[in-house]
Amino acid sequence: MNILVCISNVPDTTSKIEFTSDSKVFNTEGVQFIINPYDEFGLTKAIKLREEHGGKVTVIHLGEPSSETTLRKALAIGADQAIRIDSESKDSFGIAQELAKVISEQDFDLIITGRESIDYNNGAVPGMLAAILDLPFINACTGFTLNGNSANMEREIEGGKEYVKASLPLIIAGQKGLVEESDLIIPNMRGIMTARTKPLTVVNSNGTADKSMSISFEKPATKQACKILEAGQEKELVTLLHKEAKVI
Amino acid sequence: MSVLVFAESWNGSFKKGTFEAITFAHDTAKKLNLSCVAVTLGDISDDINSLSNYGADKVISVNSRFDSCDNKGMSSALSQVAKQQNASVFIISNTNTGKCIGPRLSVNLDASYISNVIEIPSESSPITIKKKAFSGKAFEITQTNSSSCVLALSPNAYTIKENPNPNCQIDTFDFTSESSDVTSEKIEKLTGKISLAEAEVVVSAGRGLKGPENWGIIEELADILDAGTACSKPVSDIGWRPHSEHVGQTGKAIAPNLYIAVGISGAIQHLAGVNSSKVMVAINTDPEAPFFKSADFGIVGDAFDVIPRLIEEIKNFKENN
Ligand SMILES: Cc1cc2nc3c(=O)[nH]c(=O)nc-3n(C[C@H](O)[C@H](O)[C@H](O)COP(=O)(O)OP(=O)(O)OC[C@H]3O[C@@H](n4cnc5c(N)ncnc54)[C@H](O)[C@@H]3O)c2cc1C
Repeated sequence: MNILVCISNVPDTTSKIEFTSDSKVFNTEGVQFIINPYDEFGLTKAIKLREEHGGKVTVIHLGEPSSETTLRKALAIGADQAIRIDSESKDSFGIAQELAKVISEQDFDLIITGRESIDYNNGAVPGMLAAILDLPFINACTGFTLNGNSANMEREIEGGKEYVKASLPLIIAGQKGLVEESDLIIPNMRGIMTARTKPLTVVNSNGTADKSMSISFEKPATKQACKILEAGQEKELVTLLHKEAKVI
Repeated sequence: MSVLVFAESWNGSFKKGTFEAITFAHDTAKKLNLSCVAVTLGDISDDINSLSNYGADKVISVNSRFDSCDNKGMSSALSQVAKQQNASVFIISNTNTGKCIGPRLSVNLDASYISNVIEIPSESSPITIKKKAFSGKAFEITQTNSSSCVLALSPNAYTIKENPNPNCQIDTFDFTSESSDVTSEKIEKLTGKISLAEAEVVVSAGRGLKGPENWGIIEELADILDAGTACSKPVSDIGWRPHSEHVGQTGKAIAPNLYIAVGISGAIQHLAGVNSSKVMVAINTDPEAPFFKSADFGIVGDAFDVIPRLIEEIKNFKENN
């Protein structure tokens, strides 16, 4: 089984999000980058599927050389090889076009992405890939088992779950549930050592143009100080929620 | 040219988010001086005319059956209607279905795709619009650079308004669907539960509740407030509550009018997913809990003591109001 996992390189979840003084660009100074948490569930699932069915796990990322640290981490976790498309980051449309080109030149049975990346939260690349490559697609995938060439999957829907079926090759956008938090693999020393010698191929960007661009950023307005009550003042809270906040 | 909006339905019924999307589409169309056309897919048991109440100038009903997970078929039908109507802006709700369809639509129509939008465009050429980014830690102003765009509206971000159009016309559109490349086998609806994305009030609890057996008071509080229930990440990781309730940066991002956090410390990753709530209440034994820095109201106290009394007070309030 030949599995591809698309990896996004995102700021660590504890990062304070700051922008340059003109508010135009995300300020990466002092920010640690990690594998997008949704993608990490996908990568772990890919490794489990390889254990069960054999095959190979490739990770792919579009970004600058500095993001290779994150790709090496994916290799240390257990991917067999990595591909970096050498490009400054693009919008979802540009990323999907670039990924699709590389994917269409190879034979993958399963393409796993995260539900969204935790930086720009667009959640668009997986669906765009499905459209460009004309592959079956489900998002918010929380369960996946393979039966020959057919995949039984679970996806989250508003207020419930849906059990669905599709044939390989296909694309899933995953989240927790695909594997559990406790299944996530912390790379050991051996993993980190072997990751250094695993193949990391750099391919050139095909120069797809973006269809949108970021103009500026804003931070949410700072909240007024919290009105703090003591235990026993539940009635006051109800009154405040009714009269002042007008939410009940 | 027109602004098209997908009137999403589930089992033939429109959702609250659908009316938000129609209101948003109406306001966008007005700003851009275009007409607002709503599209429905498949059999609709709700009154299609209800869409005109929120400002649709025309409704196009696509005559075909779609499997609930047939995102390819649905986006191909919507693209055909978009081309027929010469749509320059296509609006969808950013639901799980919307997230499957929107990106596909943008490829089919060679259009820009911007999701999590929260306001109508501030500029019309090129379309410039505000969206949520960094899991609620910031907003991004984005500009499109193509002649058309698909916008996915964040749930609970845009207030439903009535804009009745008595002259709304209803057309049908014939579409022959192929068999879906993904087939639905079974749907499990959590009956009686309010979907978290659409809930106007959410009651959420964390590790401070000590164990799953203690969730009775949380469910009761949610019940009397018609609220959805949520939880912090560790609570779903240890299996006290289902993953579908996990909110935060790596769970669901929600934006209810009222979010009540019980026994949740208020870690940055938790706050990221809930700080779009209009009003937040924290209940925590620890006066130093970080949640109190972000909440609007707080009670310092033991949940097992505070929540039962709060339930009584809300019952009293409901009887008198
Ligand atoms: C990569 C990453 C992603 C993450 N993503 C998320 C996410 O999406 N969502 C999320 O929630 N977390 C996330 N976290 C975890 C987050 O950092 C916190 O660990 C978590 O939110 C803490 O959950 P908690 O508040 O329930 O538990 P705790 O931090 O243990 O807090 C329990 C709180 O309950 C209070 N308490 C105890 N007893 C009582 C009582 N009887 N009555 C009232 N209050 C009481 C305590 O004072 C304390 O404040 C993430 C972490 C990482 C590293």
